[in-house]
Amino acid sequence: MNRITKINTPIHFAGYAAVGGYEERRGPLGEKFDFCDDEDKFGQNTWEIAEAEMGRIALNIALSKTDLSHSDIDLLVAGDLQNQCVASSGGLNSFGIPFLGIYGACSTCTESLMTLASFIDSSEKMTYGAAVTTSHNSAAERQFRTPIEYGGQRTPTAQWTSTAAGAFILKRGEGDVMLTEYMPGRIVDGSTSDGANMGGAMAFAAFDSICAYFAESGENPLDVDLIVTGDLGRVGSNILYELLAKELPGAERRHTDCGLLLYDDSKQDSHSGASGCGTSASVLACRFLPMLKSGELRRVLFLSTGALMSPSSLLQGENIYGIAPLIRLESAKGR
Amino acid sequence: MNENEKKELIKRYSPGSTIFKNSTLAFLFGGLICTLGELLFMLYLELSGDEKTAATLVTVSLIFIAALLTGLGLFDKIARYAGAGTLVPVTGFSNAVVSEAMDSKSEGYILGVGAKIYTVAGPVILFGLASGVIYGLIYYICGLIMGMMG
Amino acid sequence: MNPYVHMLLTFVSGGIICVFAQLLIDFTKLTPARILVLYVSLGVLLYGIGVFEPMKEIFGSGVSVPLIGFGANIAKGVQEAVDKEGLLGVLTGGLTSSAAGITSALIFGLSASIIFKTKSKRM
Repeated sequence: MNRITKINTPIHFAGYAAVGGYEERRGPLGEKFDFCDDEDKFGQNTWEIAEAEMGRIALNIALSKTDLSHSDIDLLVAGDLQNQCVASSGGLNSFGIPFLGIYGACSTCTESLMTLASFIDSSEKMTYGAAVTTSHNSAAERQFRTPIEYGGQRTPTAQWTSTAAGAFILKRGEGDVMLTEYMPGRIVDGSTSDGANMGGAMAFAAFDSICAYFAESGENPLDVDLIVTGDLGRVGSNILYELLAKELPGAERRHTDCGLLLYDDSKQDSHSGASGCGTSASVLACRFLPMLKSGELRRVLFLSTGALMSPSSLLQGENIYGIAPLIRLESAKGR
Repeated sequence: MNENEKKELIKRYSPGSTIFKNSTLAFLFGGLICTLGELLFMLYLELSGDEKTAATLVTVSLIFIAALLTGLGLFDKIARYAGAGTLVPVTGFSNAVVSEAMDSKSEGYILGVGAKIYTVAGPVILFGLASGVIYGLIYYICGLIMGMMG
Repeated sequence: MNPYVHMLLTFVSGGIICVFAQLLIDFTKLTPARILVLYVSLGVLLYGIGVFEPMKEIFGSGVSVPLIGFGANIAKGVQEAVDKEGLLGVLTGGLTSSAAGITSALIFGLSASIIFKTKSKRM
């Protein structure tokens, strides 16, 4: 299997933005977010529209960091956690950009960047593209679990769905942070049907992708600065650490997880960390891209991790499948 | 890696619930709610003089208190500590009904509130009544047999 | 009975019934909805085998406020209706005796949906 695609024409990040809610602002990265709404409503009446609005705000901020207007963007790739991806279509329709809606559960961020890069790479006429990913705690809990005011106890393995969005503008040509390679993930059986333990279910998909990447590229894991996973949380990260330490020694020392970076355990009781596709999108935009831009990080493998399931599949006792697409990000400084 | 190895790994790294703490809190909250119910029962019995009326009023009062706390956004904050302590008394039934109703308002009153209000109440009512019907049939048949013998 | 002892018995019995449910949730991952259904059906069973009423004599609200009381109430209603109306009572008794609880929960739910707005969850 040839899974890694190297991008022929250079593609770089021209702009990016992270938007979040109340808990995201209170977290360790709170200061780095471009905008946070403490009401989590973004001025809207329903949680679903609030998520859509969050994505719209994120893309606007990302655009404002470039000298571009929305009419310069050739393609928009976006996804979210709502049924039929209505947060993306509802929030981003006003930009009038040709749109591809995608669903990859919480792997959406990497999936969208990969799709966008592939389009830009394959068509010379295409110069600018935008990718947006959103998740909203209230909209997601309502759809996947219980009503917001329902009084239940979350199990220790449960993760907190983030109210967060990340928006990215990719541009053909050299720049500070380059997207150089991408590799789609395989669908990997998570061997659990426990919807409150998605990190555990996704760890095997992340492991599969990381192993496949290094096997094909022949690179030494210690030659990359970081291997960033999306939202494995505590349970999933611990499993991945053990697997990597055994099968791909060195790689475990490079691993970090966005789900463990978004909240502060000493004051925020997320249980097993953050989840939701906005987690990896916002953490990439407000932490890793700036670090790559400054040269603090030079080579990063970024894998958003998705738990593929539906409320029906969980009720029917089906296993959760994991997926972990991968992109390689490189800093222009010190290449 | 086969399915069992994966299951074993997940199990090993998944922390269990804090059983002792959860049980203690459930005991305290559950006990308190039942004691509150008993105090209300004595009060209503004093006022009405009828046990059946008093018992019904206790149920309605507890359902009202839980509904109000749910509406004010406080019930879930208590329940995350109380666990089964607020779930098992009739307060849990009330919260399940009210939270579903509030949540689905954005889908309209008919197919939003009207339909979703039964998400948890429906199963409880259905299986409560179904058990009742089974018991009623057995009771009726036993009565017939007793009548024939006696 | 000494009223303090009575209150203590109420407290302890109500607490223990909740602890059983908590252990079921923590050990078996039974969802709360399943626990509620289980307890209502259990209440019918306990009444049916003649255990509930004696328990209620001793523990009062300790057994009648948890959902097993809701179930026992349904069983009691069915039994009384069968005594009065015969076979038809099987169909009428359950809803009649649980009418106040069900109706009040539904009406309070409807009212709350009109009056209150949900606020996003906090950690």
